[in-house]
Amino acid sequence: MQSSGREHLEQRLRACAPERAAFIPFITAGDPDFSTSVQIALMLARHADAIEIGIPYSDPLADGPVIQEASLRALAAGMTMSRAFDLMRAVREQSDVPLIAFTYANPVMQAGFGVFMQSCRESGVSGVIVPDLPYEESDDLLAAADATGVALIPLLALTSRERIAKIAARAQGFAYCVSSLGVTGERSNFSAELRSFVQTVQQHAAVPTAVGFGVSTADHVRELAAFADGVVVGSAIVRRCGAMQPAAQSGDDATLRAQMEELERFCAGLAHAAVRAGAAS
Amino acid sequence: MYPDERGRFGEFGGQYVPETLMSALRQLEDDYARLSQDDEFTAQLSEYLSTYSGRPTPLYYAKRLTELLGGPKIYLKREDLNHTGAHKINNTLGQGLLAKMTGKKRVIAETGAGQHGVASATVAALLGLECTVFMGEEDMARQALNVFRMRLLGAEVVPAVSGTKTLKDATNEAIRHWVQHVEDTYYIIGSVVGPHPYPMMVRNFQRIIGDETKEQILRQEGRLPDVILACVGGGSNAMGIFYPFVSDAHVRLIGVEAAGDGVETERHAASIAKGRKGVLHGSLTMLLQDADGQVLPAHSISAGLDYPGVGPEHAHLGATGRATYVPITDREALEAFSLLARVEGILPALESAHAVAHALKLAPGMQKDELLVISLSGRGDKDVEQVQPYFGGGNHAE
Ligand SMILES: Cc1ncc(COP(=O)(O)O)c(C=O)c1O
Repeated sequence: MQSSGREHLEQRLRACAPERAAFIPFITAGDPDFSTSVQIALMLARHADAIEIGIPYSDPLADGPVIQEASLRALAAGMTMSRAFDLMRAVREQSDVPLIAFTYANPVMQAGFGVFMQSCRESGVSGVIVPDLPYEESDDLLAAADATGVALIPLLALTSRERIAKIAARAQGFAYCVSSLGVTGERSNFSAELRSFVQTVQQHAAVPTAVGFGVSTADHVRELAAFADGVVVGSAIVRRCGAMQPAAQSGDDATLRAQMEELERFCAGLAHAAVRAGAAS
Repeated sequence: MYPDERGRFGEFGGQYVPETLMSALRQLEDDYARLSQDDEFTAQLSEYLSTYSGRPTPLYYAKRLTELLGGPKIYLKREDLNHTGAHKINNTLGQGLLAKMTGKKRVIAETGAGQHGVASATVAALLGLECTVFMGEEDMARQALNVFRMRLLGAEVVPAVSGTKTLKDATNEAIRHWVQHVEDTYYIIGSVVGPHPYPMMVRNFQRIIGDETKEQILRQEGRLPDVILACVGGGSNAMGIFYPFVSDAHVRLIGVEAAGDGVETERHAASIAKGRKGVLHGSLTMLLQDADGQVLPAHSISAGLDYPGVGPEHAHLGATGRATYVPITDREALEAFSLLARVEGILPALESAHAVAHALKLAPGMQKDELLVISLSGRGDKDVEQVQPYFGGGNHAE
């Protein structure tokens, strides 16, 4: 029998330890366009342990300017929820990399919690992150997750404190630790409390623990890989995807190929940085 | 009793926010519950409301307007006479004091028309707090005078350049900023919107409008009104005047939404009339959105009503039928704006002019012995420049 999305994701992340932390890049579906997005995801699949795919939303409250603009670009280029599922299905037809859909409460609610999770399963999506659906509001989506075997991946924040135990205990796929106060975006450094925060989450979660938001360089990845089970890199990659738009639009294949290669080198560097010091790679 | 312990008004409301804010919201619930029972807090608030803002505001019998329309006796609840020119200060005094008494040094606010931004900047100056106001770039152009007022009051005004560059996006920016600075910053939300406990708290700070109205109409007329009208952006002046009358079943509560170019067009802000259930800015409410759940841009001539959502308690009152919600177009609002100026010598805010406009439709069909109260939520000085093109050079709205 085929494993559930949740199992697929958890197994892939667990398989990284102890040599390295999982590398989880993020891209926005349809940025700069549908087919380039698919190509980017397939390129990333060669380096990543899972890929987060943002389904663009008009009002991305948890995102900084880079991902906001990517979402608006993708929407303007005609991306929709159902096209995003087409895109994820297309990636999964050519790769077994676990995919994680990242989107907001309203589009999920409009699709219907059950229908949304069913679409995830049918498109080969292993997990879901909804950053504006906190623990208290997530019962319905959790029920749909359980019914489909798709993981509902919760976010935990530095301010979660006494909430950590209950959120982590119910985490599926992985527990997503938000690196610092704030929205997504590139940052120069992390909170001094991050390490102990992640370790607290690890004590309470039965699944791996990944850190994201603000992780933008190989040095960051190296620093976080020392204690986190996985590292998510978003804006630094999304910015490079966005830069492909002119070449993708004008059909300038040579430039697009060069940009894709540059992005691949960057991501290969990030994946390499996730290998823990002293481990044989 | 709404909201329930989950912050719900029936099915509406809740707390749809990033996890980073959840602890702050819980803290706010506790702080508010404690301070709203605290003698020192309530005494200071009522002192400021009276000696600083000028409450109680009059309930004015609009005799000439009444005679002109030939229907019910029309009363105007004069929130325009508050310090800073709108009802917004009832709430900012309350939340500002809450921020101060819980040791916060810094407040942020979002603003559409600029009235809530001005009221927040004012209270920040009064209480010695730092203040940053987020305002859509388009609204900054429409309401340049209020931008200048906020800066004179010592506030920093940050343009929201994302999305539609109006109130919705200013609110997104304020929430994003709050997520980043949650540990030392108090967010003063300007209407009965946002995650629990804001819709409840803002309603409670605004209910003074309705509490005074009830006392005044009983004193002046010896009975409750038949109809209460108020414009609805997020819905704070409306919730404020409605709330004390919700259990008086025979008092008709009518919220007036901005219909922009008309609810049959795509350019309006009538969230209850034309929206569907959805999540915006932390609560489940009625929302203008497309089939995929993307939020649609709202449109209204009045920046304060130019918002694709509405407070969850209004969504609830609408769903249960306790209140009804009607649309008024830009053009109807402009006509009411100029009519009230000429007939009563009162320039209403364009927002409030929407409520007046519905009275012009409703009153002729009502009985002379009935009573109609309009929440005149703010004064129109801020709008004079904006309406000039409509009334100058042969372009007079009839
Ligand atoms: C005078 C006035 N009335 C009404 C509103 C709309 O807000 P609410 O619906 O919260 O009363 C505003 C908002 O800026 C306003 O300035």
